[in-house]
Amino acid sequence: MTQTIRAYEDFTEGMTLPFGTVKVTAEDIVRFASQFDPQPMHLDEEAGRASLLGGLAASGWHTCSIFMRLAYEAFLKHSTSQGGPGISELSWKRPVLAGDELSGSSTVLSKRVLRSRPNVGLVTFRHVLTNQRGETVLELENPILFALREPEAGAAP
Amino acid sequence: MSQALDTYFRIGERIELGTHEFTADEIVEFAREFDPQDFHVDAEKAAHTLFGGLCASGWHTCAMWMRYNCAARERTIRIPWHGEGSEPEFGPSPGFRNLRWVKPVYAGDRITFFRTNIEYRPVRSRPGWIVLTLKGEAVNQNGDLVLEMENAVLVRASLP
Repeated sequence: MTQTIRAYEDFTEGMTLPFGTVKVTAEDIVRFASQFDPQPMHLDEEAGRASLLGGLAASGWHTCSIFMRLAYEAFLKHSTSQGGPGISELSWKRPVLAGDELSGSSTVLSKRVLRSRPNVGLVTFRHVLTNQRGETVLELENPILFALREPEAGAAP
Repeated sequence: MSQALDTYFRIGERIELGTHEFTADEIVEFAREFDPQDFHVDAEKAAHTLFGGLCASGWHTCAMWMRYNCAARERTIRIPWHGEGSEPEFGPSPGFRNLRWVKPVYAGDRITFFRTNIEYRPVRSRPGWIVLTLKGEAVNQNGDLVLEMENAVLVRASLP
């Protein structure tokens, strides 16, 4: 069986890659927060309700990690991804509360081949994570490196 | 703005939060759940990528920064509140900018985390809250920067 590997050449400006859906349980929220972000609003329903977040809410870093898994399943899994150097801007727009169902998409903003490494290109995305009401909970802009399938063909879009 | 808040937040001071050794096991455990790309879960395959070896998901490094940040807030960097009213209370974060995973965090790396509180200002839409901006950093055992970010957090505190 051959698996098509998504390479730099397969991304085009304006292309949108939809995510699957994942449900975030109270147990998931508490488990992540206990390890990495043990603040009361991420550990306890009552404390969450008393906070600005309005309920037991996922750590922002948990939401980022969930986004990563959704992006992985959507387009990084079978790809030539070489990781991302950073995030220019990220907003936690709304709390992610226990029971929320998250989905979203990544849209290609731009792409270019690296001058220093002509076999690798940088694809810049706008990623959006939404809840079951269609409200945006997370938004970020981030470039990801992908190896070219045919580096000898050059930087042709 | 407020002498008491400047002192409480230690504005401008680069505060060391602690040091963590990233083991191969925990790198793989985190990545299997959230970021199972080859270079985060498979040492053999990682050797053939740009990274050249098994390294932590960038989100794992961020989450670990937060763990040490929370622990330090409760213990080592806590400064008694000498201002008026009740002690400032940390709330949620609206986001961050200019995050750079400058270098990979490899299995076995010892990473030291830092936080520098930069400035604070009132939140117009939320009376009684201020937004504190800060710089988060992580440095490896060779003194190389591996992570930096400009973060922000809402704090319940009143300005005079």
